Amino acid sequence: MAIYLTKESKVLVQGMTGSEGMKHTRRMLAAGTNVVGGVNPRKAGRTVDFDERAVPVFGTVADGMRATGADVTVVFVPPAFAKAAVAEAADAGIGLTVVITEGIPVHDSVAFTTHAREKGTRVVGPNCPGLITPGQSNAGIIPADITKPGRIGLVSKSGTLTYQLMYELRDIGFSTCVGIGGDPVVGTTHIDCLAAFQDDPDTELIVLIGEIGGDAEERAAAYVREHVTKPVVGYIAGFTAPEGKTMGHAGAIVSGSTGTAQAKKEALEAAGVSVGSTPTETANLVLARLGEQRQ
Amino acid sequence: MDLYEHQARELFEEHGIVVPRAEVTDSPKEAREIARRLGGRVVVKAQVKTGGRGKAGGVKLAADPAAAELTARQILGMDIKGHRVGKVMLAQPVDIETEFYVSYVLDRAAGRFLAIASAEGGMEIEEVAATRPEAVARIPVDPAEGVTSATAGEIAETAGLPPQTVDVLVRLWEVLVREDALLVEVNPLVRTRQGQILALDGKVTLDDNARFRQARWGADDTEHDDALEAAAAAKGLNYVKLDGEVGIIGNGAGLVMSTLDVVAGCGARPANFLDIGGGASARIMADGLSVILSDPAVKSVFVNVFGGITACDAVADGIVQALDTVRLTKPLVVRLDGNNAARGRAILDEHAHPLVQQVTTMDGAARRAAELATTA
Repeated sequence: MAIYLTKESKVLVQGMTGSEGMKHTRRMLAAGTNVVGGVNPRKAGRTVDFDERAVPVFGTVADGMRATGADVTVVFVPPAFAKAAVAEAADAGIGLTVVITEGIPVHDSVAFTTHAREKGTRVVGPNCPGLITPGQSNAGIIPADITKPGRIGLVSKSGTLTYQLMYELRDIGFSTCVGIGGDPVVGTTHIDCLAAFQDDPDTELIVLIGEIGGDAEERAAAYVREHVTKPVVGYIAGFTAPEGKTMGHAGAIVSGSTGTAQAKKEALEAAGVSVGSTPTETANLVLARLGEQRQ
Repeated sequence: MDLYEHQARELFEEHGIVVPRAEVTDSPKEAREIARRLGGRVVVKAQVKTGGRGKAGGVKLAADPAAAELTARQILGMDIKGHRVGKVMLAQPVDIETEFYVSYVLDRAAGRFLAIASAEGGMEIEEVAATRPEAVARIPVDPAEGVTSATAGEIAETAGLPPQTVDVLVRLWEVLVREDALLVEVNPLVRTRQGQILALDGKVTLDDNARFRQARWGADDTEHDDALEAAAAAKGLNYVKLDGEVGIIGNGAGLVMSTLDVVAGCGARPANFLDIGGGASARIMADGLSVILSDPAVKSVFVNVFGGITACDAVADGIVQALDTVRLTKPLVVRLDGNNAARGRAILDEHAHPLVQQVTTMDGAARRAAELATTA
């Protein structure tokens, strides 16, 4: 089953003909993703040859959906065009839009996440690595070959921390890993993923990775306490980040007394989540909860 | 990026919000001239990007031009919460009858902007919000509609603001949208004894992601007041200076933040944050190393890379090439893990640099780097 993405998913790539789009479409195909088309109004009607298959380019998302039955789109277009790209996908009625693009103005993210919600389209991102259901499908830029299918669900703000945990727990494997992105405004939250993993029969345990800034982790903790019966293991980055300095992610900034790593850790622990102090310790907590030994 | 008060004032004025007459200077002599132009009696306000200026003595009333010069001389160069005062704004005093508070701020949880307004503005607004939340109105703004006269009317009524503030609320929303701001705040918004509505002080935070379409604002002049940060920025590196002795290089903001925490957990202090991104090329590795090695506080360097899309052998090649261009003066602890980790480690072993040591786990490598820094 997994969440949001399975081997049945038919994936379009908006911005496929750009350099990042080409590179990652090739990687997605290699990971088994059913990429059914690219979208570029100026290159409609052409096909692009990847190692294993020729992928058609459509002028619009709506055309691509009509021709292929696509239900997922991955957005690689530059920041200035992202708002229009997501709006187009939502208007076409696609189920899931994964926005990889980094550096999108917040006013645009506010506009397209609101619009997509009204149209019933789930947005993952922006500024995220996407999501992967190992062995089935990969929508985004997560390296597919560092882990295998299994029974852990993972939701994270951070890309490389996701990869680190995927790799440390590769012997157990993952149902789905979702990188929700570190921007102040994202389409899919920790809570959305917790709810989906709770309902997913393939997921036995949930790993939640957070970092300083905002109060998404505190709200996730409250949700876990009320609604999640599966074991949850957490990790928070940014205990030593100084106040008021941005560290890479637009969202990773501490201001005032809320949003600190310590506050997040305490909230999660109060909700019964085991929180590791390093990524490795977090992986060990997962193994312990599952009754497994490190191999 | 936060704007200075005088920049926020300028923006408000451009968008038709009434502000006090004011001018900015970095010279006490000029402060005297400005005071004369403004009618003699002025408020002298330190221009710093931090709150609590008034309490720190950065805002003072001067009775005449001579006093303005003296006051400017006192305030210029002052340190307010670690911010040096480089400029003062001199403003015409205003005859205040009532103080209000209005702002638009990003509500991250809801993914939209929120109007916040209160009839009890002024210095104590945070206390009002904490002790009597009912005195502060919070109204979400529909991003597609924005703030129309009707919405502004609703905000003013809910907060108990007079009807004359409706126009300011609409114009302030225009500032937020047109300038790609994440926060616009007027505190206080005042009604004078003459019945005029006036923005006395303001705060604006702009969205750095929108720089590509907001050309008028240059880089933040307070962003890189540290020489190492300035050098790193010139090389396009994502570097933040910290007060420690273990230099840190890693890929991905989350992993680097985690690395800082793990090093701190081993009893040493990280000297910096440096995210070299997914590519981890030889050039960026060399640039990063040279900035970190030029920090005299650094005693050891910890390179923590997870090989995902860029596999570890490519990262190891990058480190080896970087070591050809940068003279290593301090011990370097490398932890490579992920795709092709064994091959990457073999490349570094083969290179056998006397100052480079490898530890295969993140926790173990952090411990080693911390030991080297604290015993050096």
